[in-house]
Amino acid sequence: MKILHEAGTLIKDNIRDYGMYIALFVIMLTFNVMTNGMFMSSRNISNLLDSAGYIAVLAVGMTLVIVIRHIDLSVGYVAGFLGAIAAILLMQHGLPVYIVIPVILLLGIIIGLFNGFLIAQLGIPAFVASLAGMLIFRGALLQVTEGTGTIIVQNSTFNALGNGFIPSLTQLNDLHLLTLIVGILGIVTYIYGEVKTRYDKLKYNFEVVSLSIFILKLFFVSVIIGYITWILAGYNGFSWTVMIVLLVTMIYHFISNKTVLGRQIYAVGSNPEAAHLSGINVKKITYIVMASMSMLAALSGILYTARLQSATTTAGMLFELDAIAAAYVGGVSSAGGVGKVSGAIIGAIVMASLTNGMNLLGVGISYQYMIRGGVLAGAVIFDVLTRKKS
Amino acid sequence: MADYILEMHDITKTFPGVKALSRVNFKVEKGEIHCLIGENGAGKSTLMKVLSGVYPHGEYEGDIVYQGKIQQFNKISDSVDVGISIIYQELALFPDLSVYENIYIGNEVKHGGVINWNQTIVKAKQMLDKVKLKVNPEVLIKDLGVGRQQLVEIAKALSKHVKLLILDEPTAALNEDDSENLLELIKALKSEGITCIMISHKLKEVVAIADKATVLRDGQTICTLDAKKGEVEERTIIKHMVGREINDIYPKRPDKQMGDNVLEVHNWSAYDAQLGRYVVKKADFHLRKGEIIGLAGLMGSGRTELALSIFGNPKNYKLSGDLVINGQPKKLKHTSDAIKEGLAYVTEDRKGNGLFLIQDITHNVSAAKLNGVANKGIINDNEEIKVAEHYKQSLHIKASSIEQLVGKLSGGNQQKVSLGKWLFVTPNVLILDEPTRGIDVGAKFEIYSVMNTLIDQGLSIIMISSELGEVLGMSDRIYVMAEGEIKGEVSTDDANQEKIMELATQ
Repeated sequence: MKILHEAGTLIKDNIRDYGMYIALFVIMLTFNVMTNGMFMSSRNISNLLDSAGYIAVLAVGMTLVIVIRHIDLSVGYVAGFLGAIAAILLMQHGLPVYIVIPVILLLGIIIGLFNGFLIAQLGIPAFVASLAGMLIFRGALLQVTEGTGTIIVQNSTFNALGNGFIPSLTQLNDLHLLTLIVGILGIVTYIYGEVKTRYDKLKYNFEVVSLSIFILKLFFVSVIIGYITWILAGYNGFSWTVMIVLLVTMIYHFISNKTVLGRQIYAVGSNPEAAHLSGINVKKITYIVMASMSMLAALSGILYTARLQSATTTAGMLFELDAIAAAYVGGVSSAGGVGKVSGAIIGAIVMASLTNGMNLLGVGISYQYMIRGGVLAGAVIFDVLTRKKS
Repeated sequence: MADYILEMHDITKTFPGVKALSRVNFKVEKGEIHCLIGENGAGKSTLMKVLSGVYPHGEYEGDIVYQGKIQQFNKISDSVDVGISIIYQELALFPDLSVYENIYIGNEVKHGGVINWNQTIVKAKQMLDKVKLKVNPEVLIKDLGVGRQQLVEIAKALSKHVKLLILDEPTAALNEDDSENLLELIKALKSEGITCIMISHKLKEVVAIADKATVLRDGQTICTLDAKKGEVEERTIIKHMVGREINDIYPKRPDKQMGDNVLEVHNWSAYDAQLGRYVVKKADFHLRKGEIIGLAGLMGSGRTELALSIFGNPKNYKLSGDLVINGQPKKLKHTSDAIKEGLAYVTEDRKGNGLFLIQDITHNVSAAKLNGVANKGIINDNEEIKVAEHYKQSLHIKASSIEQLVGKLSGGNQQKVSLGKWLFVTPNVLILDEPTRGIDVGAKFEIYSVMNTLIDQGLSIIMISSELGEVLGMSDRIYVMAEGEIKGEVSTDDANQEKIMELATQ
C-alpha cells in the first residue's frame, strides 16, 4: 500500500513529465485493442518509427529553438530543398554518399547561420524571418526540380538511410541478433545511469524515491525498451532511421543536460536579460541554436529523400508544423526555458502513432486532421493547467 | 469644519512579508493642491494604488471616504466613474494613436456602438483648449514631447469629468519650461475647482505650489504641513522625510588603510538612443581597494544606468569618457568582458533580470561562471553541487535543498542566491544595486555582514541604495546623483541624511 501511495504522489508531483508517456501508452494500447493487435505488430511498429524519423529530428531542433523563445517555420522547405540538392549531387554529379551527406549538413548549418543573422543581429522576429525563409526555399525547391520533376535516387547506400536495417550478424530463433544486442546495451546503459544518479544524490543527502519505487521504475522502463527491441527483432530489426534518431537524441540530450552550451541555452530561454547580465552571449547562443535547427532540417531532408528514394517537388510541405506540434506535445513551453529533447521524440511518436493508428482503422483524412489538432490542443491545455498548479 | 473631498482612515496594506502601509491617515480638502512626499518606498504609490482601486476593496484594511461616502472600489474604472483620475510617471498613452483617439479611448463618443469620429475630434479640441495645448488633435502621440504628452493625459482625465486628479511625479521627466507650464496648469485647474494630489521629489516645486503637504515615511503618516501656517518649507520637509533614527544595525568594521584605485571613471557619459537623452552626464568617481562607496539618489537619478554602462554596457548606450580598471584604460564590449575584468553587478531587479526563476539554486549560482564547474565544456555535476552547497551554507540560504526552484524562495533568500552567483565569479569590484530592497531586517543584517567580510578579503564595493540609513551606515564615501549627474561627494564623517537629500532633490 505504501508503495502505491508513494507512486501516486510521485505521479501527481511529476504529472507534467510523465503525462506524455502516459498519453503515448494509452494511445498505443487503445489502437492495439481496436486493431486486434495489428498496431503493435513488429512490422507496423517498425514502419511507424521509420515514418516518425524525419519529423522527430526536426522536433528535437525545434524544441531548442522554442526554448530560446524563437520559432523556425523554414525547416520544412529547407529539408525539401536540401533533400533535392542531395539527390542532384548523387544522381547528376555522381558524388559518393560519404561526401554528399556532410556537404548537405554543412549547407544546412550555413542556412541556419543566415537565419541567426536575421534574428540575432538584425533583430527581425523569428516568425517573420523564417516565414521569409519558408517562401524562399519553397521557391528554391521548385527551381532545382523544375527541369527534371521528381528526381529518382538510385543509390542503395543512400536509400538505406530511410528504408534499410542494421545488419543482423546472425538470426537467433528468427530474431535479429544485433538488434537484441543494441537493445540489451540500451537497458544496461539506462540502469547504470539511473543507479549512478541515485548514488550521487544519496551522497549529497538529497531526497530520492524509495528503493522499491526505484526498482519498479527501472524494471518498468527496461521492460518497455526490451519489449520494443523484441518486437523489432521479430521483423527486420532496428532500421538505420531509428539508429540515427537515437544517436541525434542522445547527442542533443547530452548537450542540453551536461554541457556549458546546453546550460546557456536554457539560461537564455528562461531569462534572456539575466543571461546577458551573467556574461552569456545571447546572440551567439541564438546563432548556434538556429544553425543546429537547419542542420537537423538538412538531416530530415536526407532521411525523407532516402525514404521516398526520390526528391519530389513538394517535399517538406508542412514538416515545420508537424515538428512544432511534436515539440509542444512533448512539453516545450512557449514562455521559454522549458522543454526536453526526450519529450520532443515522444511527441513525434505520439503524432506518428495517431496517424498510423487511424490509417489502420481506416479513419478518413478529414477526421484525422481534426483529431490530431484536438490532441495538440489537449496537450497544451494539459501543460497550462498543470503549470498553474505547481 | 473643513470640507474634505477625500479622507483615508487607517489604511493598512500588507504584501507577503512586508507591511507597506500601516494605519495611514490622509485627508484632502476640496479644491486644494496637496503634495504627497516621502523617500522611495515610503508608501506613496501604494497609497495611491489603494485609492484608485488597483488594489481592490478587501485587499487592504481601513476606509476610503470620498465626497462624504465610504467607497469600495473593486477595479480602477470604479474610481474613474466617481471622478478620480491618476496619471502615472510612466504615461499610459498609445504612441501610435492620435491625440484625440488617446483622449477618448475607453470613453468613446458613440451612438449605438458606432463611434462618431468628427464629434470626438471637436470634443478633443475643447479638452486641449482647457489644458492650453495647441496641437492638432490628429497628431500622433509619439510625435509629441513628454511635456505635451503629459498635458494630453490631463486632457484625458478632464474628459472623464475628473474631480480629484492625482499626479505621480509629473515633472520628473520634464525640462524646466515644461515643468513651469504644468505647474501653472495645475493652479489653473484648482481655480476651476479640481482638487489635485501631487507626488513629487522636487521640494522647490512643492514649496511653490502646495497648499498642504503630507509626509509619509516607512508606510506611516508623519505629518501634514499647512502652507498657510508657513510650514511647507524645504528644511522642515527634509527633516520629516528622513527623521528616522539610524539604528545600530550596521555592523562595524575596523578602520583600515585603503589601497590604490581599482576603478576610475572620468568624464563618463551615456546616451540612451531610445529615450533620446543622456542618462549619465559627465560622471567622475573613483573606488579604492577595500572601500565601499555609496551611490545615493532618488529613483531615476541615473545610478543604475551608470552601473550598467560600466558593466559591459548591456543596454547599448552610446558611451564617452574613460573607464580605468587597476590603472589600465579599458573598453568593455560585453558583460562577459566586464566579468573577465573582475566586475560583478548584482541587479536591483532580481526577478526581472537577475535570476532564472524556473531553475533551481544550483543552476542559478553557477550561471555566471559555468566554466568554473565544467571541464572542456562538460558540466561536472558534483562540482556544481559542491559550489551550490557552499554558498547555501555560507550565505545561510534557507531552502529545502539546492534543488529548490529559485522562484519559490523568499525575497531575502533570492537576493542571497543572486549574491552567491556573483561571489562565485570572484570579482574585485562588486556593484550592489539596492541590495536590501524588499527584504526583511534579519536578511539585511546578514547581507551587510557579508559585505564587510568581502571588504576584509580585499574586494571593493559600489553600493547603490535609496535607503539613506544604509548608505550612511555602510559607505566609506558617498556620491549623490540626480538627473544623471554626480551632484556631489560627501565623506561619511560630515554626511547626514539632510545633506544627501538636499543634493538629491536639486
